[in-house]
Amino acid sequence: MQLEFSPEEIAFQQEVRSFIAENYPENLRSVQDEGHDLSKEDFLSWHRILAKKGWIAPAWPVEYGGTGWTATQRFIWSEELAAADCVGTMPFGLSMVGPVIYTFGTPEQKARFLPGILSGDDWWCQGYSEPGSGSDLASLRTKAVRDGDDYIVNGQKTWTTMAQHADWGFFLVRTDPDAKQQEGISFLLIDMKSPGVTVRPIITLGGEHEVNEVWLEEVRVPVDQRIYEENKGWTCAKFLLAHERTGIAAVARSKRGVEKIKQIARTEMDGDKPLLANAFFKRKISELEIDLTALEFTELRSLAGEAAGKGPGPESSLLKIKGSEIQQRITELALEAVGHYGAPYFRGFGEGDNEHPIGPDYAHRAAPTYFNTRKTTIYGGSNEIQRNIIAKMVLGI
Amino acid sequence: MDFSYTETQDMIRETLSRFLADTYDFDSRGKMIASATGRDAGIWKALAQDLGMLGASFSEEHGGLGGGHLENALIMEELGKVIAIEPYLQTVVLGGGALKAVGGAIADAVIPEIIGGNVVIAFAYAEPQGRYNLANLRTTAKKDGAGYVLNGHKGVVYAAPWASHLLVTARTGGSGSEAAGVSLFLIDANLPGIVRRDYPTVDGFQASEIYFENVAIPGDALLGGEGAGLPLIEQIVDEATVAVCAEACGVTFKLHQGTLEYARQRNQFGQPISRFQVLQHRMVDMFMEVEQSKSMTTMATLKLDLPAAERMAAVSACKAKVSRAAKFVGQNAIQTHGGIGITQELAIGHYFKRATMIEGQFGSADHHFDRFEKLTLAE
Repeated sequence: MQLEFSPEEIAFQQEVRSFIAENYPENLRSVQDEGHDLSKEDFLSWHRILAKKGWIAPAWPVEYGGTGWTATQRFIWSEELAAADCVGTMPFGLSMVGPVIYTFGTPEQKARFLPGILSGDDWWCQGYSEPGSGSDLASLRTKAVRDGDDYIVNGQKTWTTMAQHADWGFFLVRTDPDAKQQEGISFLLIDMKSPGVTVRPIITLGGEHEVNEVWLEEVRVPVDQRIYEENKGWTCAKFLLAHERTGIAAVARSKRGVEKIKQIARTEMDGDKPLLANAFFKRKISELEIDLTALEFTELRSLAGEAAGKGPGPESSLLKIKGSEIQQRITELALEAVGHYGAPYFRGFGEGDNEHPIGPDYAHRAAPTYFNTRKTTIYGGSNEIQRNIIAKMVLGI
Repeated sequence: MDFSYTETQDMIRETLSRFLADTYDFDSRGKMIASATGRDAGIWKALAQDLGMLGASFSEEHGGLGGGHLENALIMEELGKVIAIEPYLQTVVLGGGALKAVGGAIADAVIPEIIGGNVVIAFAYAEPQGRYNLANLRTTAKKDGAGYVLNGHKGVVYAAPWASHLLVTARTGGSGSEAAGVSLFLIDANLPGIVRRDYPTVDGFQASEIYFENVAIPGDALLGGEGAGLPLIEQIVDEATVAVCAEACGVTFKLHQGTLEYARQRNQFGQPISRFQVLQHRMVDMFMEVEQSKSMTTMATLKLDLPAAERMAAVSACKAKVSRAAKFVGQNAIQTHGGIGITQELAIGHYFKRATMIEGQFGSADHHFDRFEKLTLAE
């Protein structure tokens, strides 16, 4: 065991750091700094640069377009991305459906869908939750009925993140209404431009349009867009959720988040002294920072286990629970730190709007971000569901 | 960066774990504690001579296996799993740690004796007024010819009744909590003028109040520079703090396991109580605390040789987290057991007692949060 990076790892760190410095889009940086909402093109501009370099999917096997990096190199990569405040890549293709396709798909499906995920030409969304099926996902009712070489799909999905931009969606649908809940579900890839697909926005507490309802009415889906066997979609779903949970720890980004809180607490005044001199606020920061270190080393231990041949198992639920709580605490402290200036409602800059928003820059999005981040303990299987998973799969009770 | 154990480390863990499973069952431990000396000295000898365990963290030149902090951590974790009352922390981690740090003739003389199981060292550092401040000392060592004369009172010195040597902190100069003037000595435990009042501790060990009454000690008992011992003391206490956290990993692991087993076989309302979601989630929370304790202990173990400020911040982060985890896991283990948990009959209560003492050993969570903040959250 050792913490130090080897000379090769240090060289790698230098290489990725310079790459980011030299290639991160200038205009994207200014969009971020000024607090604008990011457009689809904003996200894709960085995605395409990474795709061209071959670094878009470090976690994938090399044969499908991965980098072949070690766990340590991937750790370095995520640290450097976070330290440079790079926008994230969308997880729906790269971390969710991609691994499902290369694990369960046919050679034809891999050839058809993986290149578009890597290049960014296909934007993906996730059709899991339904109005009546949240935590009890396996109770889902969206129906797919076989008709020749197609399925006819009818139903409604909800909380579909970024579906307004999506070219493709991966959907859990019921193909056998008579089987036990988990056993009658299939995993379908649906072209979002298919007739009968309707996307309607849901506006969340911070005023963002991030999630949507997706209506499916008599949508024809060719059978060759089903991944894995009919009625075995739950296997793909579970696999995907375990993968989703590890990324959800978001350690590197949270470290950056804690640094920003410290910076705010050094700037904000609490009477005659900086807020950081307030013993109560200081204790909240140190508790947060120490919990984040515990999360970081839990993830590193888990990655080491993965490298030794153990895949991301149910213990990744621990990373999801702690990671999501920490993300929330960061936004909570940021809002607390800005004091009065959490209140002004910042709608973003309109066209030709040059007036500076109220309050310091770091305060503009403190409240909306806090509101928005309540999602982290709800999505990807709520933290209560994660505890059920650990109880059953790890503790055996 | 690498998080794997070597084959030798795996072997140390397996060998020790097997040995302790045979020797340290709940009844045997109870008998040792109830015996006249409060221990079974044969186990210490066996750890040294049959298993070679006491040499795991010493260099090969001194007759050890060439290991270090990681070996100490994994041995302490295994000892924690059986709530062993062996003086490993005091003798090997603290005594051995100080000797490795100063080196020279005294290290060459004493380390092989530690490895052979021939010495037991107790660490006499705490004083009634000093709380967790290592420099707040009223015990004095006054220069007297080539040696020193020791006076003062040391409190709750674990393992002192068994000790052949005492590792003592004392002032050779300065006053109050000044850093300058603090010195560290390794002395014979049976020198004239050393008065002990021995007693059992709540967690199964033996300890003493020690009064030094004009104790003449030789000059070569001084470890490190006269009056410049504080950095060395801070270093070995940090090493011991992490070792205690490793022990806590073993203790809380067993608290959690024991709770799971009990919940599976305890029936109420016509079913095992492990079926109740409120208890399942509590046991998951306990599991997460145990896992995070392991993570923090790994982190701090790997940072023990960094420059002092980084080492201290890492150790304090670790102890703050582990102290809280020990409290959480211990209290919830007892609560889940119900009434039987607060009797002497089951092992679980004895694990709880050790976990509770670990919370405060070498500094409470509050103490370590304070130290962490002073080091990392400058305004």
